[in-house]
Amino acid sequence: MNLSNNQKQSFSRRSFLKTSALASGGMLISFNLFTACKSDIKPPVDISQLNFNDFNAFIKISDEGKVTIFSPNPEIGQGVKTSMPMLIAEELDVSWEDVYVEQGKLDTKNYTRQVAGGSQSVRFGWEPLRQTGATAKQMLINAAAAKWGVSASECTASQGVITNSQGEKLGYGDVVKEAALLEVPEEVKLKDPKDFTIIGKNISNVDIDKIITGKPLFGLDYKAEGMVYASVLRPPVFGQVLESFDDTETRAVGGVVDVVKFGNKIAVLAVNTWTAMKGKKALKAEWKQDSKPESTALHDAELFKILNGNKFDTRRKDGNVKKAFAEADKVLERVYESPFLPHNCMEPMNFYADVTSEKIHLVGPIQTPAGTAGRVANLLERDEKDVLLEMTRMGGGFGRRLYGDFVLEAAEISSLAKKPVKVVFSREDDMTAGTYRPAIKYKIAASIKDKKVTGYHLKEACINDNMYGLIPHFFPAGAVENYQVDTANYKSNITTGAWRAPYTNFLASAEQSFFDELAEVLEVDRVQLHLDLLENVKNNPEPNVEYSPERLQGVLKKVVDKSNWGKTEADVYQGLAVYYCHNTHVAEVADIVMENGNPVVKKVTCVVDCGIVVNPLGALNQIKGGIIDGIGHALYGELTFQDGKPQSNNFNTYQLIRMGQTPPEVDVHFIENNLAPTGLGEPTLPPIGGAVANAIYKATGKRLTKQPYLSNMDVEKVIG
Amino acid sequence: MATFSLEINKKTHTVDADADTPLLWVLRDQIDLVGTKFGCGVGMCGACTVHLDGTAMRSCLLPVSQAEGKQITTIEGLSEDGSHPVQEAWKEIDVPQCGYCQSGQIMTASAFLDQNSNPSNTEIRDAMHGNICRCASYNSIEKAVKVAAEKIR
Repeated sequence: MNLSNNQKQSFSRRSFLKTSALASGGMLISFNLFTACKSDIKPPVDISQLNFNDFNAFIKISDEGKVTIFSPNPEIGQGVKTSMPMLIAEELDVSWEDVYVEQGKLDTKNYTRQVAGGSQSVRFGWEPLRQTGATAKQMLINAAAAKWGVSASECTASQGVITNSQGEKLGYGDVVKEAALLEVPEEVKLKDPKDFTIIGKNISNVDIDKIITGKPLFGLDYKAEGMVYASVLRPPVFGQVLESFDDTETRAVGGVVDVVKFGNKIAVLAVNTWTAMKGKKALKAEWKQDSKPESTALHDAELFKILNGNKFDTRRKDGNVKKAFAEADKVLERVYESPFLPHNCMEPMNFYADVTSEKIHLVGPIQTPAGTAGRVANLLERDEKDVLLEMTRMGGGFGRRLYGDFVLEAAEISSLAKKPVKVVFSREDDMTAGTYRPAIKYKIAASIKDKKVTGYHLKEACINDNMYGLIPHFFPAGAVENYQVDTANYKSNITTGAWRAPYTNFLASAEQSFFDELAEVLEVDRVQLHLDLLENVKNNPEPNVEYSPERLQGVLKKVVDKSNWGKTEADVYQGLAVYYCHNTHVAEVADIVMENGNPVVKKVTCVVDCGIVVNPLGALNQIKGGIIDGIGHALYGELTFQDGKPQSNNFNTYQLIRMGQTPPEVDVHFIENNLAPTGLGEPTLPPIGGAVANAIYKATGKRLTKQPYLSNMDVEKVIG
Repeated sequence: MATFSLEINKKTHTVDADADTPLLWVLRDQIDLVGTKFGCGVGMCGACTVHLDGTAMRSCLLPVSQAEGKQITTIEGLSEDGSHPVQEAWKEIDVPQCGYCQSGQIMTASAFLDQNSNPSNTEIRDAMHGNICRCASYNSIEKAVKVAAEKIR
């Protein structure tokens, strides 16, 4: 990447693009997507809270014409390591078989910010990534034209080959050296979607061969010379601090190399993982309660106290709900409750750190590499440029790996022990030292006058933080004249954070259950109620409203058609939900049957409007995965606390959905259009809980209001 | 600490380990076969599944001392080049999302199909029920097992 002065003068007409010739031959073109993003693209939530970052592209073309695309964004199973390079390859116009994808390292110079989160990678990457490919293609054409002494307009390029009007041909590799020195074109033309050859095709996961043969890929698989393994003893109860400890028995375990106290934690370092875990079990520690130990009963009481009180922050207020409720013929009011949820990534938290006086080398699975590198530098009082962070593929993220607590642990232990260290969480560590989806309760009320919904008032009580920012502008904002969203929190010493589809993962279930009951009270058809409310939004457009009423109506109408809505066999019960979040519009119908008194989901029909589907194969995986994950957590997911201690710590005491509980069929349909694509990692999860609850109502006559539904089949119609 | 002689993927490995060390950690930390994954350590998720004399086994609960004298097969030894019918089916269906649990899923499926190459849907669901996929790729796993069964028959 070393550039001579004259080369430096010749590139970068646009601040976000740069090219360079490689010492080893070939061309690098890099591109800062964040600065290129249109200013009118609004992130879906307050992104600073999640330490989100932006996205970049980086491509390399060898003299042989082979293309390497560095995918700088972390891969957590959402498929960006495949889909984002597809966007570049499409416009670069190369055969996908000639593309090799590599995970980029954290590189704050060339990629200013790198992150996985919020279902935003493809949406933000759509224009700029294609422009990157198209720009490189134009430069290769320009180089070939110069070589032939013809005008670039006489040349075309396709599948890695440039052709002139005489029929002469040059491969990308033949002109890449010259192309790297050319000026970056100001404007490039992007393809018409009808000419796409890669976008819209089923492209396999780029790591598939390594995954199915067990090659080292994940953080836990990473090894380095001289590395020791660390198992960390953390406070067993939230609110406790370390008073004293005795490591005599630990140090007697053969293979234990060191015991390091840091903050309120003790790390046992050993030659292998098993020995480190054994050494940790032999530690004797005394803990002191520093703040109040909390329980689920306390959380329930505090959240109800909030809901029944009047101390709220108002997030959005239209009209006058008080007046609407006072003048109503009828008011429907329900409370919906959800528990804490751990993330339970299959790959337990882990990270490698080697802290020396020269550098801080970090390797592992992290959704927020840039932010985490900064926090490590701060913690160790070092310059951020000393940090070299490499990302591995991640065995799941779901939001847990936005938080770099385990990276800081690894760095601190390595710094104290003066050794390269791999911190490995046991499953028990992972489940009991989480950043959980907090418990939430909603009180939702609607006023009815002359058989119309005149008011809608949603109150949220949540542990720590949750709903804010743009969420109050989701449906039914804009659809009801008098509308208000209020939120309040109970501050807890239990660590909480973002969990797949933060803000809406339970909200959608609650609201979609509420609308189902509201339609019943109004004595109108459930589908028609939604269509009519959306019609109100179309008739009175309002700029803050985030969703498109037309697109929501589109998915709703199509799901009615595709699910055979209302026309199923006698013992099959259907529930419906329609929702917008993470910029994607989704409608879902769950078909359930009752077996031995328990609801069993047999089929889900899902219609998605995510614009152009970049990789249908990957899209289906995300959509189906989100739905089944959502069913599992709505039916079974729950982490309770007693005396400050999580009451589950492994899969023998915590139920995750398994194959036998999965609907055998998830039937997915897309709304076909040429709109810019939106993300799929999260949006199909939130509504499914509502669809299932509504189906259970049809089967049993019970309106379930408390998740997990299977443990709370008798909790219905809670009025706070 | 004792010395154990292990037959893994048709090769003999000699390792020094405490007799209670689970085979999982010997494979991962000492023999560098990291395809076998750590998920729960209590035999509840199936990420660590290997074959012991052809039978699917949770390596996180199997002390290394009990693995001696048995033919151990890990994901790395299931085929030379990823061409086992189950691996091919996984690729054809593009099963993985994050991919972490998939070697365990493949090992469970391959041992199962060795016993029953013409399974019913219920038999597939029962056989795979012990393997958790947190990304919930279950529909694809189910489909891939069916495709693999066709290839094997």
